[in-house]
Amino acid sequence: MKKVIMGNHAISYGATLSRVQVIAAYPITPQTQVVELLSEIVADQKLKAEFIKVESEHSAMAACIGASSAGARAFTATSAQGLALMHELLHWAAGARLPIVMADINRAMAPPWTIWTDQNDSLSQRDTGWMQFYCQSNQEVLDSVIMAYKVAEKVLMPVMIVLDAFSLSHTYETVDVPDQALVDKYLPPLDYKYRLDVNDPHTYGGLTTPDWYMEFRIKMHEAMDQALVEIKKDAAEFEKVFGRRYDPVEPYMVDDADIVLVTSGTAASTARFAVDQMRKKGKKVGNLRMRLLRPFPFADVREHLKNAKKVVVIDRDISYGYHGIWAQEVKSALYGHSKVPVFNYIAGLGGRDIFPETIMNIVADVKKMKRPEQDLYWVEVKK
Amino acid sequence: MAKNRTKIEFQKLSELPPMVQSLRSMAANPTGSWRNLKPVLHKENCIQCTICWKFCPDAAIDWVDDYPVINLDFCKGCGICAEECPKKCIEMVKEGK
Ligand code: SF4
Ligand code: SF4
Repeated sequence: MKKVIMGNHAISYGATLSRVQVIAAYPITPQTQVVELLSEIVADQKLKAEFIKVESEHSAMAACIGASSAGARAFTATSAQGLALMHELLHWAAGARLPIVMADINRAMAPPWTIWTDQNDSLSQRDTGWMQFYCQSNQEVLDSVIMAYKVAEKVLMPVMIVLDAFSLSHTYETVDVPDQALVDKYLPPLDYKYRLDVNDPHTYGGLTTPDWYMEFRIKMHEAMDQALVEIKKDAAEFEKVFGRRYDPVEPYMVDDADIVLVTSGTAASTARFAVDQMRKKGKKVGNLRMRLLRPFPFADVREHLKNAKKVVVIDRDISYGYHGIWAQEVKSALYGHSKVPVFNYIAGLGGRDIFPETIMNIVADVKKMKRPEQDLYWVEVKK
Repeated sequence: MAKNRTKIEFQKLSELPPMVQSLRSMAANPTGSWRNLKPVLHKENCIQCTICWKFCPDAAIDWVDDYPVINLDFCKGCGICAEECPKKCIEMVKEGK
């Protein structure tokens, strides 16, 4: 059924359709309407789930870890500082190989206090062992929650669904809310093999000496590699059932493009619009949207950037004293495979809008240079 | 007291479960020597309330024949059991005495 809903509610519907069994959430700022609607759905008994209100995001993740360990499909949502507070337990969830799914609404980190979007919150959690799916539409947000459980439960690694604050979280779009029967067919109930069982008691996560610690890490890494395979396979399966397709990256007019932009989140759809405008003027520009941060789709990135004469990574984030985080990922993927110069532009931090003109100005700037003269360029900032 | 102290050893990567599960690594690794103070139970005053058993952060108190038995192979001497005991029948004694 088609509905006009905001991104936050697209997550709530995605979780409901996934028949999550435990939702644990801290209900105050930086929480969003994601869990507000879920709490209503649970209270109305439209979803048979346990809704646990907790005293912090750290506890929200702890409750999800407990629930997931007991074999329940667990869900939570958070944002910015809340995600940062979960940090320790993000490592625990991944290390314990629990297929938890969480939504993170990308909000800039404080101080200074802020509620608007950028990606520093989720990108700071890059190395915790969570998969991260960056979305560009409310439809993709809803679909991604369902897909996330599928892959998480296959490889036993948690997934974070990431979406821009306001430009998605509070923006209303038409979303096709799939039938429960279809979702049930696509996503069977969780049967977690390693669940806590009073009849077969075990300790979990006990002391592991240097003899074996590394091998457990190899297992996690292999699970992530497997996740990439599964995500690619699942793109076709999901399309068969729901008629929509989500690949690890989304190329747009890259094959003959001299300049290829690399973007993520809602900046990607703005970039595609800008590409259309520039193409009308005969400029050979394309866009590569990154959907996956982890597992990182090395091969796809190399493939779609192989014809580019210049690559321009637009980062809505920054690693202070370095440069943009996506730029780092893209450069690392290309190193040793391509000599294409990679330009890095930092734009839209703290919710500053990224307009089509912003992107066209970046392209005009890049055209003037043979190679990047600086490690990064700030976009539309006061001088 | 501790039933099975043999640590589980893996030979190959493929034998490993995805996460650490009942390695018995703690049971095989007695840590009681870290202790400065030793809890001594005065059984005659014990009312068998199980509070010490519940509070011990190291699960170093076993429940045997309806009474607490402190497992000194693992007890760290933190004194929580003594502090929480309603009958004050656990005494903390300096080690080596
Ligand atoms: S002293 Fe501490 S570690 Fe030892 S038995 Fe009492 S509570 Fe447990
Ligand atoms: S807390 Fe004190 S009274 Fe209660 S069981 Fe332990 S030793 Fe006995």
